[in-house]
Amino acid sequence: MQRRTFLTALTAALIAAPVSATVAAETLTVYTSRNEQLIQPVFDAFTKATGITVRFTTDKDGALIERLKAEGENTPADVLITVDAGNLWLAKRSGVLQPLTSDVVLQKIPAHLRDADNHWFGVSLRARTVMRHVERVRADEIARYEDLADPKWKGRLCLRTSKNVYNQSLVATMIADLGEAKTEAIVKGWVANLATLPFPNDTAVLEAIAQGICDVGITNTYYLGRLVAKNPQFPVVPVWTNQQDRGVHVNVSGVGVTKHAKHPELAKRFIEWLVTSDAQKIFAEQDHEYPVVEGTPVSPVVARWGTFQASQTPLSKAGELQRAAVQLMDRAGWR
Amino acid sequence: MTGTPAGVPRFAFWHVVVAGLVALAAAPLVAIVASFRAIDSDVWHHLTTYLLPTQLLETAQLLLVVLLLAFGLGVGLAWLTTAYRFPGVALFRWALLLPLAMPAYVLGFVYLAWFDVTGSVAGFLQRWDLPLPQVRTLWGAAWVLAFALYPYVYLAARVAFVTTSARALEVGQALGLTRRQAFWRVAVPLARPAIVAGCALVAFEVLADFGVVALFGVETLSVGIYKAWYALFSLPTAMQIAALLAFLAVLALLFEQWARKRARFTTTGRSQPLTPTRLAPLPAWSATLVCTVVLAVALLLPVAQLGVWAWTLGRDALTSRYWHFFANSLLLGGSGAFVTVLLAVLLAYAQRLDGRPLMHTAVRIATVGYALPGAVLAVGVVAVTSSVDHAWVALGRWFDAHWPPILGGTVVTMLIAYTIRFLVVAFGPIQTALARVTPRMDEAAHSLGETQYGVLRRIHLPLLRPALFAAAALVFIDILKELPITLMTRPFGWETLATRIFELTNDGRWKEAALPALAVTLAGTLPAWFLAKEVTHPTSAHTRETPC
Repeated sequence: MQRRTFLTALTAALIAAPVSATVAAETLTVYTSRNEQLIQPVFDAFTKATGITVRFTTDKDGALIERLKAEGENTPADVLITVDAGNLWLAKRSGVLQPLTSDVVLQKIPAHLRDADNHWFGVSLRARTVMRHVERVRADEIARYEDLADPKWKGRLCLRTSKNVYNQSLVATMIADLGEAKTEAIVKGWVANLATLPFPNDTAVLEAIAQGICDVGITNTYYLGRLVAKNPQFPVVPVWTNQQDRGVHVNVSGVGVTKHAKHPELAKRFIEWLVTSDAQKIFAEQDHEYPVVEGTPVSPVVARWGTFQASQTPLSKAGELQRAAVQLMDRAGWR
Repeated sequence: MTGTPAGVPRFAFWHVVVAGLVALAAAPLVAIVASFRAIDSDVWHHLTTYLLPTQLLETAQLLLVVLLLAFGLGVGLAWLTTAYRFPGVALFRWALLLPLAMPAYVLGFVYLAWFDVTGSVAGFLQRWDLPLPQVRTLWGAAWVLAFALYPYVYLAARVAFVTTSARALEVGQALGLTRRQAFWRVAVPLARPAIVAGCALVAFEVLADFGVVALFGVETLSVGIYKAWYALFSLPTAMQIAALLAFLAVLALLFEQWARKRARFTTTGRSQPLTPTRLAPLPAWSATLVCTVVLAVALLLPVAQLGVWAWTLGRDALTSRYWHFFANSLLLGGSGAFVTVLLAVLLAYAQRLDGRPLMHTAVRIATVGYALPGAVLAVGVVAVTSSVDHAWVALGRWFDAHWPPILGGTVVTMLIAYTIRFLVVAFGPIQTALARVTPRMDEAAHSLGETQYGVLRRIHLPLLRPALFAAAALVFIDILKELPITLMTRPFGWETLATRIFELTNDGRWKEAALPALAVTLAGTLPAWFLAKEVTHPTSAHTRETPC
């Protein structure tokens, strides 16, 4: 009897699930690789401001793009949010996005942080730069990414694995700026200077610098922001690299309207809302990122690091040259 | 295993079932085969020059080391807890299964947090100038995978040892074998099909693993698959490497089949359970110590560490939402286990009734999904279910109607994907148990006028009961831990404990993920505990008439 009750409940649940998935007209559907704890506050604020509800699902970038490709015109998704410029480039090339015409967005987002054909737009910015131990390395000892290839840093450098997309985008933009041969020589120099095997994540690199395993490393700024927010004495500071030439490598989290969006007008309202100061403030404050719209204040932790000149290299290069970058890192023996 | 028994039609309901399952399981394989239309020679040149040689070597090394360790731990502990009596043995019999509930990548992260160069234990060792093990290596990954996966071997071996007729061992001992010799020369050979099936699950898990190898920086073929897809933007190449992986898995399965074919294993007559020998005090306490250490390394210490992190970092996150995550995890695990076990029984039964080579091949194809990395399988399933939806919507349009997609974003798609992935997990124990039921029982029942269905219901199912529970619990726990398929196919709002872990770890917040990781482990210990009671208790199933 009990068993029958269970089976009935199970069947009911299975039938109910797809039915409950049908939604009200004023609902925007989002596929996002930016995770729930970071994106939920953004959706909440958007719903509060406009009355439009948002439903979303999370997954890795590559999986979301493949899912959009497979679903084609049956996709429920109106908007794709991903992190890393290479992924945005891939989404465009895979044909899952459509261009968005919006003067507001074009005006507020600098040209190098969006797609030339308006398929995707960077909405928050992070710098990937050199990190140094605040005492063991003086501020004037290092000025450029290239410097880390100097034998003087032998056994003093920590890096994250080359399988990480942020490292791939960094190297891809270096190829765009410096050419493949020069970049390969630099990357080989980095590998020769490694203090220990590459780490699986940025936080581990920062902790290794703090604990004296190494003195310098390369990570995204917001990972340092999180550690400093927890412990103001955390002994690592960023070096604003290449201020005399091409500037610090920056990357974005970005957004695009899906090719088969059922609610393109809602998607447009959402993306236009993302460049308002209210939305930009959420990105800047909640996870120690940088806003893409000029004049938005950053978090107190980030403010202490001062301002920097960011690279103007178009971020689409990160996608175009990602394969070359990955092959280069494999040749250089960066695990 | 047997030829077609008299009175069973050569084409029957079973053939339809098997054909359906093969079609289902072949769905992602279709996507893989289709990938061979486009060979990206640039990527392949790069792979074969810089990556594949290392990846093949490290895959083989990892597989070998994990299998040796898991075999030693699984079979050793199963024999220890079956053949001997020592303090705490009743507890260890079931507790040693519990590490199954801990996702391997969570265990890996905990070990890195302890032993990596910035880890807490590492800092302690350095302060005392003690040598620091380099854990971010193949050996570290092998250690973690072995302790996370040995319960598959332990479970299989223990079920086999418990149901092995004591008479066989007594005969051995009467012929002058010591208990240890009886273990190697009687018990292990008799349990071989079960042990091999357990080892095959471990091997498949290792081949498909991405979480642990990524954490420990090991270059395996699954890493190559992700690299081709995510870094080199070539999903077809990723699928082609997956095909290589599937080929290796099929080879392993053929080996298993060969190993199994050399002997028939059935129970004849009433079996007597093995009476455990009481150990002398010193060996007895050593046995207790060994079991305690294994349990501490694989479960207790990591769970304690997760508890500390959850308490210090994730306490605020524990809201009523967690009931929802918990309920979704349990519902998916339960329904997935039910469907998978049902289909596995049909498959095993079909194979029993029709032992032709074609049937064996079909069964192999139907169960190969477990060796593929979950993400590749998920892409394949979504490709196929989406095609069904496209056809459905097109059909609706033909009727001038708007028919919404029927599979995409529904639980049905999830269950299909889970079934493809975990069919072999359920199939192993059921097939092993079914093979032990002598066909003479079927014949006797038939001669008494019982129908084929009646034989299944009144003779086989009661005998298979422990195996069914084992299969269901294994699939249930696997679904709780499963990530790529759950992520890609879950309906909107269907967050589970596993997807909570993903949200946090994907964003680099590993320690904050301790709370959902702890919850997954706890949710998994319930079926593991139940499983242990039902399956490995000496008074179950065959031996019910002769309690000890």
